[in-house]
Amino acid sequence: MLSLTGVTKRFGAVQALSDVALDVRAGEVVALVGDNGAGKSTLVKIISGVYQPDGGTLVFDGAEIHPDGPADAKRVGIATVFQDLSLCDNLDVVANLFLGQERRGAGVLDEVGMEKEAWRLLRSLSAKIPSVRIPIAALSGGQRQTVAIARSLVGQPKIVILDEPTAALGVAQTAEVLNLIERLRAQGLGVILVSHNMADVQAVADRIVVMRLGRNAAEFRVEEATTEELVAAITGASDNVVASRTARRDQSRTEGPR
Amino acid sequence: MSGTVKDPTAADLGDERLVQQKGFADAIRASWRRIRGGDLGSVPVVVGLVVISVVFYAMEPIFLSSRNLVSITQFAAPVGVIALGVVLVLLLGEIDLSIGSVSGVGAAVMAVLVVHQSQSMVLGLIAGIACGVAIGLLYAFLFVRLGVPSFVFTLAGLMGFEGVLYLVLGKDGTINLPDGNVFVRYMRYEYLPEPIAYLLVVLISAGYVTSRLLASRKRIAAGLSGVWVPGLLIKGGLLLLGLLFATYYLYIDRGWGYLWAFFVLLVMVMNFALVRTAWGRHVFAVGGNEEAARRAGIKVTRIYVSVFVLCSTLAAIGGLLAAAQITSVSQSSGTDDTNLTAIAAAVIGGTSLFGGRGSAWSALLGILVLKSIQSGLNIVGVDSSSVRLIVTGGVLLLAVSVDSVARRARASSGRG
Repeated sequence: MLSLTGVTKRFGAVQALSDVALDVRAGEVVALVGDNGAGKSTLVKIISGVYQPDGGTLVFDGAEIHPDGPADAKRVGIATVFQDLSLCDNLDVVANLFLGQERRGAGVLDEVGMEKEAWRLLRSLSAKIPSVRIPIAALSGGQRQTVAIARSLVGQPKIVILDEPTAALGVAQTAEVLNLIERLRAQGLGVILVSHNMADVQAVADRIVVMRLGRNAAEFRVEEATTEELVAAITGASDNVVASRTARRDQSRTEGPR
Repeated sequence: MSGTVKDPTAADLGDERLVQQKGFADAIRASWRRIRGGDLGSVPVVVGLVVISVVFYAMEPIFLSSRNLVSITQFAAPVGVIALGVVLVLLLGEIDLSIGSVSGVGAAVMAVLVVHQSQSMVLGLIAGIACGVAIGLLYAFLFVRLGVPSFVFTLAGLMGFEGVLYLVLGKDGTINLPDGNVFVRYMRYEYLPEPIAYLLVVLISAGYVTSRLLASRKRIAAGLSGVWVPGLLIKGGLLLLGLLFATYYLYIDRGWGYLWAFFVLLVMVMNFALVRTAWGRHVFAVGGNEEAARRAGIKVTRIYVSVFVLCSTLAAIGGLLAAAQITSVSQSSGTDDTNLTAIAAAVIGGTSLFGGRGSAWSALLGILVLKSIQSGLNIVGVDSSSVRLIVTGGVLLLAVSVDSVARRARASSGRG
């Protein structure tokens, strides 16, 4: 459904992305993993229209697109849930869900219509929000993430990009968000999941795309990838700190404690 | 009998964690919980008004006379209009320190055009308001394009526009407006005819109840919970009784002035714009979390421009009203304590200095508190501005402290 080919992006002297390719199909969760500075965020920002690529093409639903801003990308059908700073604490759940795309009737806000739709959305995600008329500040981290994800669904997008959705969450809340991701997939949406957490990625992703130093480093189907292989792909060669630590540990294990 | 419409399928009451409200006692308990949680609303300021009334009445019963109350409303209106603009900038978490000077400039331009250049009053008013619009646009440019903090450019405006005021007034320093002028007459001497005042009061109460009932019916039709009808009727009845009594009492003397009625109308319009329109929603969003608002696709710069322009425009309008009320414009117009009073009124009325929290009504309540104190001090014979300033400063400090404490209570009880 979404297909990126040969995407490049430079920031001054830094080649942030070179010749990156990515495919997302409907009803598929694609995890985007990589070390800090691997170019995941840059790639996500290009897809969501925050940055413009220097080269390469984005093809969405068979047509080439050039989103120039998150609002524009959302009109096309690509919604992004950013890592932080995306909800207004002082507004209630309904206001946040429809922020920037309020429903209006005769010039005034259609509060009833929005509240009804809010409940429908939250139900479709089996979300546990006690009331949609309480300010966001009253919600837990997982509930906030739920609201943020529900908000991305307001314009009925086809692709949802989740940037580190579980970064600040506890165990139960992380599980809640992972459930949400599976429900998005069940609704036939394409999901791009950016994460540092290998356990989360392996729990929900169908495919795992590894980026390293601004390039495609490897791609795995989730059932055939081991954590060791993933880590090796993320860190690059076997000749590095992580690999040598693992090797040392294995060695000491075989020697056994004295 | 039941707290909310008994409808087990109401979509918004399904969660078992939600505390259900049943009946009168629960409604009161819920309000108490809200206040404890730092969602103070207009409670402190209403308590303040009661305390002020009792204290000054005990010292000098004339304080609560019809004549004095009418005077308080009339003198509150011009600065109240200015405070309404301050509420808007505070909602964005910004500040405007120059409102007093801007109000002076607007009034001076009007006075010079009408008295010295013999232009029509309409042209004078338009020119005065246009000054406010222009200053607001300048502020918006400085803020949005150059990124100057609002504290700095409005501080510059405070001094700069006071200079402009002297310049516009010229060597005379004072311009008296003709007493027979229509604008001056209506703003200074004319009051709403008594039958019309009663009619308006009834219409306002009925309108409040009807709109709430219609909204409730629409909610029930959409499968959501409705309002508790007896509670709504009690509220509407109390509102009607209160307004009827106030009208009766004020009409022992002169009654509701056109000036005051105009101010209340402005507050109601602004409240509607803030609560019911997308623009208002966006103002609260930008004040609450600017980055989130931007990412949601809100044109944040437009919100800033609209608010700075509205604030300066309301300041200019307030200046024009004040000029009509005292029938003159002088070098002291809008300079002595207008700034402090207008900003203090907005904060005392319950609009947070931290942005994203407040209401148009806070301008009205806040200015009533401050003008009551001022009037009370005059009546009990403390006529020096020194005491008045000290008291106003103290009340402002108290209001800001309450705001800060309430903000922490909200943070710990999850009310944003």
